[in-house]
Amino acid sequence: MEQSKVIRKKDLTLLERMYIPEILKGMRITIGQMFKPKFTVQYPEDKFVPSASFRGRPVLVEENGIERCVACGLCSRVCPALAIEVQASETVENKERYPEKFEINMLRCILCGFCEEVCPEEAIIMSNEYELVFENQKDALFAKDKLLVPIEKVQARLDFLRSHR
Amino acid sequence: MDIIEPLVKIVFIFLITLTTVAYLVLVERRVSAFIQNRIGPNRVGPAGLLQPVADIVKLFLKEDIVPKAANKFVHSLAPLISLVVAMTTFAVIPFGNSIHLFGRDIKLMIADVNVGILYILALSSLGVYGITLSGWSSNNKYSLLGGLRSSAQMISYELSMGLSIIGVLMIAGTLRLDKIVESQAQGMWYFWRTPISFITFVIASFAETNRLPFDLPEAEPELVGGYHTEYSGMKFGLFFLAEYANMITASAIIVTLYLGGWQLPFVGHIGLPDLAVSLLQIAAFGVKVGLVLLFFIVIRWTIPRFRYDQLMNIGWKVMLPLALANILITGVALLW
Ligand code: SF4
Ligand code: SF4
Repeated sequence: MEQSKVIRKKDLTLLERMYIPEILKGMRITIGQMFKPKFTVQYPEDKFVPSASFRGRPVLVEENGIERCVACGLCSRVCPALAIEVQASETVENKERYPEKFEINMLRCILCGFCEEVCPEEAIIMSNEYELVFENQKDALFAKDKLLVPIEKVQARLDFLRSHR
Repeated sequence: MDIIEPLVKIVFIFLITLTTVAYLVLVERRVSAFIQNRIGPNRVGPAGLLQPVADIVKLFLKEDIVPKAANKFVHSLAPLISLVVAMTTFAVIPFGNSIHLFGRDIKLMIADVNVGILYILALSSLGVYGITLSGWSSNNKYSLLGGLRSSAQMISYELSMGLSIIGVLMIAGTLRLDKIVESQAQGMWYFWRTPISFITFVIASFAETNRLPFDLPEAEPELVGGYHTEYSGMKFGLFFLAEYANMITASAIIVTLYLGGWQLPFVGHIGLPDLAVSLLQIAAFGVKVGLVLLFFIVIRWTIPRFRYDQLMNIGWKVMLPLALANILITGVALLW
């Protein structure tokens, strides 16, 4: 059986062991960094625009004036935070069923994206909105009026999902 | 004896040091941010210049929590010791040549002590009491460890600090700080003349002020907050003040001993009025101290903290022999 070899790293040279020249080298790097461009985004003035892979708040896709959702309830079932409430009802449209009430409690939602993954109709997807601040619990209940978003606005995310299927 | 003059100087220096401390904290935050490609606090006031005010107001408004099992008296005393020691060291530092104002010559140092350096060494070793007592009185194992480390560190580095100064004292032939500064006229700074002593003294000052890479007493990853774990509100603020006041004093000492103090080469020969020369010299002192402070800050964001055994190794096996060798070299060079 082959013996495991002792790996001996190279010893530091005398110059390196004197510390001071190495410290000066390090200081040159830190001082150099001071004059590089900064990464900070000055938030309230400039806003970070997320790419399509970003998981912001979940929204319902609105196509031709009505939601795509067929109220199958899968999203509500899969949601680990129990944030979604769906009540189904009948409609004259082709899809026959629609959500009479669709409510996401944004205080519970953990933005995991499971609802988007499970939805058979691509009806609920994660948008790129991240400013979720509420002053009371009622404001955090997003009903259909806040959830419905025209398809043009979320097209980037839909394309992203298609290309990564 | 005239009492007004020293009092005015005391108030003047006290105010200047406190303002510098407040702004030093801001500078440190901004510089560290810049080094890390961030911007740093820039919201309070124009370009963040009022941030220190906000910080101080915040510290005053915080609740002051004293642990139940702590020794209340010592717990409150410790931060005061730290701050008082840090501020009083400044008393003997000459920040300018004498200045002619209101028909009299005013010496620009508070106390003209003839053993100025010994006074500084004595006081800076008192500073360890603040830290050790705070660690002991908090009744918290992390604080205690921090306090113990600090005393061990101070003892080890005080020795090499004192020994490295001796080189300068041998050349200058005096313990008076103003005489030491005068002997560095015309750019003959001790920084050139005794480089080993300069390096050991600067390293020892880092250890004495508990700055990185020697901030083992408050090493956050191992000791939570070290000696100030159990402090909150303005008592914590006092420790904070003391740390930065210590930095300023240490820089001022370095400048006085090695970088020519208030000396500004060639300024005496241009034929400016005396008052202007004095003011320029004070400004030179300020700029030098500022640069050394900047050096302190940049070092903090450049090198990582030493391990405890490394700290002791450097202190006893490297710094002490170096300082002793420096005495020998200086002696031989002086005999020549
Ligand atoms: S959003 Fe999708 S998963 Fe949820 S109820 Fe509607 S169709 Fe079903
Ligand atoms: S993102 Fe996750 S937590 Fe939020 S509603 Fe969808 S499934 Fe629930």
